[in-house]
Amino acid sequence: MSDVFIIGVGIHPFGRTPGRSGLQQGVYAVRQALAGAGLDWRDMQFAYGGSDSAGKADTMVSELGLTGIQFINVANGCATGGSAMFGAYATIKSGEFDLGIAVGFDKHPRGAFDPKPAEWGLPEWYGETGLMLTTQFFAMKIQRYMATYGITTPTLAGVAEKAFANGVLADHAWRRDPVDVETILNSTMVSDPLTKFMFCSPAEGAVALIFASEKRARELGLPAVRLRAAAIRSRPLGSFEVFSPALEIERGVSPTVLASNAAYDMAGVSPADIDVAQLQDTESGAEIMHMAENGFCADGDQEEWIAEGRTRIGGRLPVNTDGGCLACGEPIGASGLRQVYENYMQLTGQAGARQVPGDPRLGYSHVYGAPGVSAIAIVER
Amino acid sequence: MPACPLAIDDRLFERDADGRPTLLAGRDRETGRLVFPPPGDTDRFEIVPLPRDGRLWSWTVQRFRPKSPPYAGPDAFEPYAVGYVALGDAIIVEGRLTGAPLDGYRIDMPMTLVGERFVMADGEARTTFAFAPSGGVQ
Repeated sequence: MSDVFIIGVGIHPFGRTPGRSGLQQGVYAVRQALAGAGLDWRDMQFAYGGSDSAGKADTMVSELGLTGIQFINVANGCATGGSAMFGAYATIKSGEFDLGIAVGFDKHPRGAFDPKPAEWGLPEWYGETGLMLTTQFFAMKIQRYMATYGITTPTLAGVAEKAFANGVLADHAWRRDPVDVETILNSTMVSDPLTKFMFCSPAEGAVALIFASEKRARELGLPAVRLRAAAIRSRPLGSFEVFSPALEIERGVSPTVLASNAAYDMAGVSPADIDVAQLQDTESGAEIMHMAENGFCADGDQEEWIAEGRTRIGGRLPVNTDGGCLACGEPIGASGLRQVYENYMQLTGQAGARQVPGDPRLGYSHVYGAPGVSAIAIVER
Repeated sequence: MPACPLAIDDRLFERDADGRPTLLAGRDRETGRLVFPPPGDTDRFEIVPLPRDGRLWSWTVQRFRPKSPPYAGPDAFEPYAVGYVALGDAIIVEGRLTGAPLDGYRIDMPMTLVGERFVMADGEARTTFAFAPSGGVQ
């Protein structure tokens, strides 16, 4: 069994790129990753790729080269990128191959997602009467959390303000302008207590990561991070998930708690060891709740953390250093890999204006989505 | 409510002589676990009525018109409140909220199940369920 390294990364800028398909953005990210590592598509022994709504990843071989590569398409909703990465991780770790790539991309139409009830095992009335919206779920989860743990609205705005401030510093971000707390609080209410600037939007983008065995990574001598943990977990009984017509009275933990515990166990590290974290921030309340679900603070302590700027670049635990989903938007298939891309840039000292000071060693990433799935990766310089 | 329009789904609730609804759930005959809405497998799930009263567990307001499909309401849009209500110690059910101003809902307030008229895009009305503050607006 080999340790697994990420030795090259590529990204297509997030946001909106009219005239370029999601697949083409995926090809762009792959080519950038290969060029940066000085490798050729013919060097890739395997590929995992996927998108939620922008086409079949393996068709990109017609642009990248018909090398006969083992290319596996991944479709796992919001965990598509995380699943592609898990595939690459397991493939290298098992010794089956020693050099390959994972790519995730997407291109969504404007506005909220419009899911079909039957595809989620739900009756039509649930969608017909206007209950099937991800925005409602996030609003009600943070509403309950705020009442239970004393989180205030200015703290929600503080998270969004930080995201846009970080996005200014990230070349691949979509939103590149700062937004002040007053503007965030006074913007249109979307789903109480969340305003327009507290929500991310479906968007476009692509990310590619090149994986190598320890031996191969050493031979290549490129800037590299070791993938210490990759874990994906689905929802346990009693968790609160998107598109739930009913919940158990006995409340349980979230899939994030399960995946997080598994990842810390795999890596043999604890939350206090982490130097930089990318946490799912579909809206600013999600980042707050995920700080606790991933073990970084106790429920309720986020008030103090945000007020003191502990999650800003330069703080005790910088969170979403490229502006996260709030500043980058959410192309489902690419979003989880963007987080790992960002940790790679931070740990290899290539993050430029948004570089976390003090030589960060351990990076943590967490993607969460419907219908209750979380994927965690821990990388080490 | 005027003469009760057709239920939006005939497996969702039953109505008494006065038109008051009671939600139906499925109880797993083996484990006793309640599932709402009731699954179709009646060999495994016994259909049981749910309590009509409970407390508001969480809430929000839908302030933009959802995309159609799946939303079946008319083009003209009025924001509406939605929430989860903990029905006794049975189960927490999601539904529309009614009977109070949009900013008039608070976690833990007592709520009661009511029938709610839902107008479809074609102008036809259906009956769905909603939760209203118990005893009217406080």
